[in-house]
Amino acid sequence: MTLGPHAVFILAAWVVAAGMIAILIAWVTLDYRRQLRILADLEQRGVTRRSAAATSAAPAEEPA
Amino acid sequence: MALIDFANPTRFLRFVDRLLPWLVAVTAVAFAFALSEVVLAPDDYQQGATVKIMFLHVPAAWLGMACWAMMSVSALGTLVWRHPLADVAAKAAVPLGAAFTFICLVTGSLWGRPMWGTYWVWDARLTSMLILLIMYLGLLALWRSVEDPTRAGRAAAILTLVGAINLPIIKFSVDWWNTLHAGSSFSMSGSAIDPSILLPLLAMAVAFTLLFITLHLGAMRNEILRRRVRSLRLLQAQTAAGT
Repeated sequence: MTLGPHAVFILAAWVVAAGMIAILIAWVTLDYRRQLRILADLEQRGVTRRSAAATSAAPAEEPA
Repeated sequence: MALIDFANPTRFLRFVDRLLPWLVAVTAVAFAFALSEVVLAPDDYQQGATVKIMFLHVPAAWLGMACWAMMSVSALGTLVWRHPLADVAAKAAVPLGAAFTFICLVTGSLWGRPMWGTYWVWDARLTSMLILLIMYLGLLALWRSVEDPTRAGRAAAILTLVGAINLPIIKFSVDWWNTLHAGSSFSMSGSAIDPSILLPLLAMAVAFTLLFITLHLGAMRNEILRRRVRSLRLLQAQTAAGT
């Protein structure tokens, strides 16, 4: 595959697109880990949702 | 399970946890196929090798617009049906739509320099796409400036529905005004694109769409968790204050 005289423009376009997609993937992945970590930390300190406490006492579908 | 069952965030989270690994795998396979098609695609008889920029530009443009259309449906879900996941879906989509619109504008600009002799012209299609990016950034700012997600969701929904006016302007800008931008290559009678170029283009469009769905579901999951963190912190503060 040869990119011809405009190779710089073609490569720049692919690098920008790949970079943006990498940022999006990293944002979603790292944000998920961060929220889980905060939730686990709160739970460890005894802060739980009332619906979660009710679920652990009597398993049932929790409301929204 | 009916669609209405996903109105329950806990059920939705369970559904996403099960679906996401499969979606990631399917997206990876779709990209592997699409990229192999891009590598094998011949040069265009007019654009030469710069047609390879189009394999990024067109799917990104399509997703930038489709994302706003999806957010508009979510906005109706927030304002009319008060669906609990509607504003979660809308908020999670904003950075994704902004990113794909940005990719569209930058790749278009990088294509324009060798083909048109300029990175930018204030023609109707380019300008309306730039307005779309600015509206995405405005929505991002709005979501960050209002702390209560319910209030922010309603304000963002109204702004989203107003901004939806821009979608037909983008779509038909090449028909309504004389623009440097090419007209639509797809019509009711078929495509004006040669199959050797059309196949990699469609393959990339499918791969980009799958990537968008995967990232959007992941971002929605994060947003639900963020709201749980917020309500737990409020609960913690209330307990500490003895109320």
